[in-house]
Amino acid sequence: MRALFIVFAKEFFENLRDRRTLLSALLFGPLFGPLMFGLIVSRSLEQSVLESDVQLVLTISGSHHAPGLTRYLESRGAKLTKQELSENEARAAVRGGASQVVLLVPEEYPALYAAAKPAPVLLFADSADSQTRKVADRARNMLGTYSSTVAQLRLQVRGVSPLLTVPVAINDVDVATPTGRAVMVLGFMTYFVLFALLMGGLYLAIDSTAGERERGSLEALLSLPVARAALVGGKVLAACAYMCISLALCLTAFVWVFRFVPLEKLGMSSNLGVGTALIFFAICLPFVPVGAALMTLIASFTRSYREAQTYLTTVLLVPTLPIAFASVYSLKPTSSLMFIPSLSQHLLMTSVLKDEPIATRDIMISAAASLAVALLLFALTARHWRRETMLG
Amino acid sequence: MIEAFGLSKRFGSIEAARDVSFIARDGEITGLLGANGAGKSTCFRMLYGVLTPDAGRACIDGIDIRGETSKARAHLGVLPHAAGLYNNLTARENIRYFGSLYGMQRERLDSRTAELSRTLGMESFLERRAKGFSQGQRIKVALARALVHDPGNVVLDEPTNGLDVMAIRKLREMLLQLKAQGRCVLFSSHVMQEVAALCDRVVIIGRGRVLADSTVQEIRERSASASLEEAFLQVLGDTEGVS
Repeated sequence: MRALFIVFAKEFFENLRDRRTLLSALLFGPLFGPLMFGLIVSRSLEQSVLESDVQLVLTISGSHHAPGLTRYLESRGAKLTKQELSENEARAAVRGGASQVVLLVPEEYPALYAAAKPAPVLLFADSADSQTRKVADRARNMLGTYSSTVAQLRLQVRGVSPLLTVPVAINDVDVATPTGRAVMVLGFMTYFVLFALLMGGLYLAIDSTAGERERGSLEALLSLPVARAALVGGKVLAACAYMCISLALCLTAFVWVFRFVPLEKLGMSSNLGVGTALIFFAICLPFVPVGAALMTLIASFTRSYREAQTYLTTVLLVPTLPIAFASVYSLKPTSSLMFIPSLSQHLLMTSVLKDEPIATRDIMISAAASLAVALLLFALTARHWRRETMLG
Repeated sequence: MIEAFGLSKRFGSIEAARDVSFIARDGEITGLLGANGAGKSTCFRMLYGVLTPDAGRACIDGIDIRGETSKARAHLGVLPHAAGLYNNLTARENIRYFGSLYGMQRERLDSRTAELSRTLGMESFLERRAKGFSQGQRIKVALARALVHDPGNVVLDEPTNGLDVMAIRKLREMLLQLKAQGRCVLFSSHVMQEVAALCDRVVIIGRGRVLADSTVQEIRERSASASLEEAFLQVLGDTEGVS
């Protein structure tokens, strides 16, 4: 037990002096997720708010053929630039970027309109450009409303009820709670949390195993009168400590970031405060030894730092698998799923975010199952360390 | 005292050691001489118990290394072939880490470190991190790490590898000092001059087997050749490369 603590303390403090470990465990790992997340969410919120406010700018050619349409568009707030263009000129103007969208009213329009036959207008836009496509969509919408308004007036004039053209009235009823809607956005946050957790112990797990072998200190260490299980135990425990620090930093960063993300603007509320962060920490805590033991086990088989790095970055993807599985099959938290580490943590955290009640039993199963897996992985690691092949 | 009784070890089809027996006595320096790949490291690894022999056993001060590993190791200091340090720790911290794993208390550890630092000449870099150490400085720290618990027996696997002349000379002094203190010193080398200059007894090993086990003087007399080099080559046979 004393030896275990000595190894733990040495690995812990030695890695505090290692810039690579520190950067990845205490900076990149925990902060990457929250910052990315905050940036993406607030950017996409800004965009959607901006777009509905912005004025529709449209180049119109042959407006004198359709004075009614022109007046309608202007009354709906569209900014019209009148410019006489031929069909080819209009095409060139859009392609060259002179105008984003061109509406061309051909000469035959007035006659066909007067005869109550479909009167053509041409809408020039570049569908490969997402920006102008949005403008074209809005123009098309406006033209559509104009078209149906005129249709209804025509029917009324002919003594037909315009309601006949609406056989089915569709009403959308959205039952999502504001928090529930936020969960859609916050869904992949749980992955960032688990990612930060694993990232925290990554370099320590490599350094204390493959690194030990690469720098040639392993044989001397293995020649000491210390049980191998104590050596590995200290190393796994040190990785656990770094993972806990990383997890705590990540959650703190999330709480901080959500203060600045205007989720309310979309009618959402997020309940990620200090209390939730503490619950998250408790939920994730049993997953810490799973990650630490798994990484130490895999890194113990590798010959060099570089090789370990290759394998362990794949381990970082491990928590994504059950989470991806869960979202594809839209799994609901059930007690049987609580036996799967990382999936159970993901489901529990999502439930907390959604403000759904969680059964104490589920938390217990999640913790117990994770700890059991951690113990198994640790036993495998200790067994490998007792082998002669460990010397390499 | 270090005793090897019929140690044998096989890695697949390669017989790394076959029936290796010898005794390294207290107050003597015993040299294990052999070419690269002759099986020196395999024998050593069985002596300090990181490899399990297929047959035979090894004892440190009469304690079976396989039976009572921890107890036997407490009597043994080991300088393995690869004696790397922790680059982010200072020399003192490197020594302290091993000392505390040997179960030493802080006070004894400090006084012992001071003592070793004096005898090995480590004062100038004791508090510096191992990152920029020269090979000579590294060996000194690794040696101090192996000796920190004051063991009666010391095993050194090719300790002069990569050292310059000055450092080799220092190391020789160190080994003689250990011998004078009554310890049992066992070291391996592929440099015969080194072995001849230092050892009381020589165990010559080739293809995993003990080819000779006697004093330097005896080997010279037995082969009846004037030069030591000739004598060694005769024992080893022509094919073994010893420099």
